[in-house]
Amino acid sequence: MLLALDDRQWLWIAAAFYFVVFVQGTISQLRGRPQSLGFNYALMAIGYACQLAGLYLRGMEVGGCPLGNHFEIIQFTAWSATTLYLLVGVTFRSSLLGHFTACLTAVLSLVSLLVPSWDATRRSGIFGENAWIEFHAALAVFSYGVFALLALTSLMFLLRNYSLKSKRVGGWFSFLPSIVELEQISLRLLIAGVALLTASLVVGSVWWFQDTGSTPSTKIGITVAVWAAYLVALSLRLAGPLQARRFAWACIILFAGALASLSWVGPGRTADSTVATRTFEP
Amino acid sequence: MSGPGLFVSGATHQTAPLAMREKLSPGPDPAELHGRLTAIPGVRELALLSTCNRLEIYAVADDPAALRALEDAFCAHRQLDPEDFGRVRMTRRDRDAIRHLFGVAAGLESQMVGENEILGQVKDAYAAAQALRSTGPVLNRLFQKTFQAAKLARSQTAITEGHVSVANVAVDLASNIFGALGGVRVLVLGAGDIAEKTTKAFLSRGAAPAMTVASRTIERASDLASRIEGDSLPLAEVESRLKDFDVVVGSTSAPGTLISAAAVRQAMHQRPSRPLFFIDLAMPRDIDPEVARLENVFLYNLDDLAAIAEKNLAARTAEVARCRELLQLRVEALWSQLEHHLGPGAAGRENTGSPAPGGQFAG
Repeated sequence: MLLALDDRQWLWIAAAFYFVVFVQGTISQLRGRPQSLGFNYALMAIGYACQLAGLYLRGMEVGGCPLGNHFEIIQFTAWSATTLYLLVGVTFRSSLLGHFTACLTAVLSLVSLLVPSWDATRRSGIFGENAWIEFHAALAVFSYGVFALLALTSLMFLLRNYSLKSKRVGGWFSFLPSIVELEQISLRLLIAGVALLTASLVVGSVWWFQDTGSTPSTKIGITVAVWAAYLVALSLRLAGPLQARRFAWACIILFAGALASLSWVGPGRTADSTVATRTFEP
Repeated sequence: MSGPGLFVSGATHQTAPLAMREKLSPGPDPAELHGRLTAIPGVRELALLSTCNRLEIYAVADDPAALRALEDAFCAHRQLDPEDFGRVRMTRRDRDAIRHLFGVAAGLESQMVGENEILGQVKDAYAAAQALRSTGPVLNRLFQKTFQAAKLARSQTAITEGHVSVANVAVDLASNIFGALGGVRVLVLGAGDIAEKTTKAFLSRGAAPAMTVASRTIERASDLASRIEGDSLPLAEVESRLKDFDVVVGSTSAPGTLISAAAVRQAMHQRPSRPLFFIDLAMPRDIDPEVARLENVFLYNLDDLAAIAEKNLAARTAEVARCRELLQLRVEALWSQLEHHLGPGAAGRENTGSPAPGGQFAG
């Protein structure tokens, strides 16, 4: 407990803050007024701090990084995306990235909180008391947060591109960052995400080689496939063929695929883990 | 209506054609005109606002007769027939004069509604009047409150949002594509007026982009290039050098297109990640419309830019009523302060009324 609140209560508060930023941003867009970047940023930071408190309490409870069920993984992914936004968001002249991030994190947080079965049980011992495997998992999920933000900047790129091509540059389109800025930040996010996922796989593979039977081949195959897909996207982007709209679409589709793959690469797939039932007030 | 008051008299683009406005300008020595007008008996305070769209005399005078003497002196100085001046004259008094100046400074009375330049011109007019010691308690307070009101109107309404000139809209679009324009390379086809206006619009936006001018006659290109500290290029080399530029402005009078879709496709192969923005201001068009279909290539022609400018102007115009409403409260507050300074005859006046036909005050 922290300030008499348990982990899920902190996560509910965080989700509420993200939701408020999203709703307030939507109202601003509908009114054709830019959002206050500072106000947005402050609300997102408060939500982030609450989410961090919730994840910290959960981590203390389970004695490690809270990645033991889908609820925890999605919360961690949302938290990672917010971390990245708070780090890179200030470099944008527009507050729209905050609006989009708030939308994504509010949806992820609220859905994970509203589906009790995702948090009804959790695997314990998934890291086998090994801090390196825990680090590998945390890095992997953090990279998903980076890819989530990449999907958002790609979506913003597509909207900006559409507005310029269709000559509809007024209204809320005018609050979008420029094509070049979006393209540059997307490339940087892709490089960062691939680097994090690569580091995660390198760390994980060291321990996997010592005990190849500890992880199912399906999980390894899908994890490597997600990593390879992002690596190919990065190579094609740097080499030239994958540019502009195609690059943006690729990033969105890859993230959708990566999110879907969580069902196979998530927790509970290791041989030594055990299932524990959780009780909570949903 | 007799008694002392705050008056404004003059002519604007709304009342006088350009030829008349030229005659109304204060002339080579505005200080001399200023001196003559302040010497008129009954004129307590005076400021002259002169721009290309308006000549307005703001005066605190003992009565409308003093204002008429002031107008006659002005006509005599400018060698104008008072009847000609009377036909284009705009006059306001007291509250209406305050309301008028607030509107002028906020850009509500400008040809390009919401333009920013006018506020600087009002400030200059006030500074000049102060330097000539012709302002007093009424005009000092009037102008100071005017600056506050103008800033309020600009910050609280959308009166200044969106550009309303084609050249500035084009530069805005370039910002939407490239962000900061500091490192952007601009190629201008043609060396005429449109080319010059567009280059100036680009250069006016902070960090200056690198400019290159291409024209059929290299001398004309070099001439414009030297004025904007850019480079020149023969028109024949344009297609082969496209890959080196980010923005291409077409403004020649060439009979056919100068840049083909094939040339743009070729250029994009050499710079796939960098967008290319074409602004075609030429008639007939300089750039093949097919280039708009290419990935990462954006094409806007004169009609597209004009449509955006009109939309922005319409949005500004729609804000005028809201802006006037916002300013009205300030007008009333200021008038309640100023009427005491104006002395007996002004205090307690309920309504100054609208000027009578021909610009003369009733009463």
